[in-house]
Amino acid sequence: MATQLQPLDIGRAPEGGDVGPVQTGWQLAFREFTSNRLAVIGFAMLAFFILFSFVGPLIYHTNQSTTSLTLANVAPSGAHLLGTDGNGFDELGRMMRGGQSSLEIGAFAALVAIFLGALIGSVAGLIGGLLDGFLMRFTDAFLSVPFLFVVLIVAVKVGSPTVLTLSLVIGAFSWPVPARLVRGEVLTLRERDFVLAARTAGSGSGRLIVRHLLPNALGVVIVNVTFQMVDAILAVSYVGFLGFGLHFPNVDWGDQLSNSIGFLEDGYWWQIFPVGACIVLTVMALNFIGDALRDAMDVRLRRR
Amino acid sequence: MLSYLLRRLITSIIVIFFVSIGIFWLLHVVYPSPARAVLGLRATQFDVNTWNQQNGYNDPVIVQYFRYMGRALTGNLGFSYTLNQPVLALLKQRAPRSIWLSGISLVLAIVIAIPLGVFQAFITYSMPSFFLGLILIQVFSFSLPIFGFEASQSNNVFSIIGDWHDMTLPIATLTLTSVAAYSRYMRSASMDVLAQDYIKVARAKGLPERLVMIRHLVRNASLPMVTLIGLSLPLLLAGNLIVEELFNYNGLGLLFFNSLQKIDYPTLLAYTLAGAVLVVIGNLIADIALTVADPRIRLA
Repeated sequence: MATQLQPLDIGRAPEGGDVGPVQTGWQLAFREFTSNRLAVIGFAMLAFFILFSFVGPLIYHTNQSTTSLTLANVAPSGAHLLGTDGNGFDELGRMMRGGQSSLEIGAFAALVAIFLGALIGSVAGLIGGLLDGFLMRFTDAFLSVPFLFVVLIVAVKVGSPTVLTLSLVIGAFSWPVPARLVRGEVLTLRERDFVLAARTAGSGSGRLIVRHLLPNALGVVIVNVTFQMVDAILAVSYVGFLGFGLHFPNVDWGDQLSNSIGFLEDGYWWQIFPVGACIVLTVMALNFIGDALRDAMDVRLRRR
Repeated sequence: MLSYLLRRLITSIIVIFFVSIGIFWLLHVVYPSPARAVLGLRATQFDVNTWNQQNGYNDPVIVQYFRYMGRALTGNLGFSYTLNQPVLALLKQRAPRSIWLSGISLVLAIVIAIPLGVFQAFITYSMPSFFLGLILIQVFSFSLPIFGFEASQSNNVFSIIGDWHDMTLPIATLTLTSVAAYSRYMRSASMDVLAQDYIKVARAKGLPERLVMIRHLVRNASLPMVTLIGLSLPLLLAGNLIVEELFNYNGLGLLFFNSLQKIDYPTLLAYTLAGAVLVVIGNLIADIALTVADPRIRLA
């Protein structure tokens, strides 16, 4: 028996559910990100450490320029909330100062890595052919360089590293991963119609990369920035921990930790565990954010 | 299959060539010559120049590179002036210690990480090894004096292997830091595998969940671990710098650290080059192992 077709009722809601206003990909990603509890926690933790390091010293005034052996290794008290270190500096104030360098290096090294990576990756992906092959073998070679060893060797040579030089050194050896990611994105993007349209309209390669390819590859790049920051903050703490980081009177968290290891046996816990917790929590916060961003950008995982 | 492996081998050799030139050039720029270390601070500029001339440090970098590589192929990795020993002997002496420390930690980490990742127990984030090590020392060496805070100083590998009192903390530190990373990989691999049709088929035909896990999920989700193990190969030999430094374990990592402080150029060069070669070989082995383990790649 043939079934009677229902006449189309335009007034009724469509079967897929209610129709809402169209949201752009970025709005969807933002909604997804903010609905992720870990992401919000990570964001709050990161904001806390940024405020702690950069605004903290304005509120909590400490002497971070002259050493005082009479004040060395004082246990936490009202005058020194987290005690003092082996040079008589207030530990909490020192942590704020160390946080400034660690966060600055993390951010700056990530920017250097992403900039170099995006540049090399997009040129390789767009132009292709021999240049692509050459650039990718170059990237492979860089990926095979034992990162920490080379960074340490260069850091030792620099002698008295600063925030700027350490960031440049770490960034200069971290670009291969973003380069590969961006190249992969560009390889799929360049076959799309809008790129053809832009080419037909007369865009050169430079304009194509800057105006069309990179903005579309931005999702991958943003996710990678957070992980680059994680790696850079860890790298600088390793370098500092081994004693080749910033020099006195500058300090970073790893450096601060390594100066206090000798006091572990004496029970001066305030010199070791708070600053270690700073590194761990900052890295964890960035990991939360990075994971959440990756999930938010991943269309396959997105709930609509 | 064979042609794939051959192609992979050739690209590996090309990459090794590029990396070694890059590292050689970089170290040459950073430390042009060990003359100062050999002749001492009081040597005149003339002496330094003469020494450089005699030992070929005034030649173009590329000439020096090929000379170095030629010698390296015959087992001559240079001479450590600060330790007064051939570099190869230094590396040979310390390698077994690093292999034991990193090897046992790698095995333990994999054994722990696979079930953690498969059952998606919890997301773990790795902690910097130096801080984890410090916490372990504080808890298990000072608060509860169970283990030693310094790794075994013995010269005999077998007595190091038997020395659980001093080796537990370094091994635990290294294991726990890798477990976090491995179990995350394992977890994301399991999630990918769980979405596959063959899991649905296995469940639909009434296979008990336990068997679905063991036969289908674990076996397939473990494939990325093969790659990870390959990538860990350099760690195995190059030792773990931080853990060896923290626990004062006289392996390759500590050798590198000490060479760095004394700017022992020949040791640094040999060590970094060996590290790079191992990275490439590790990648190659991972690819070959993956081809053997995964029929889909073999047939493709």
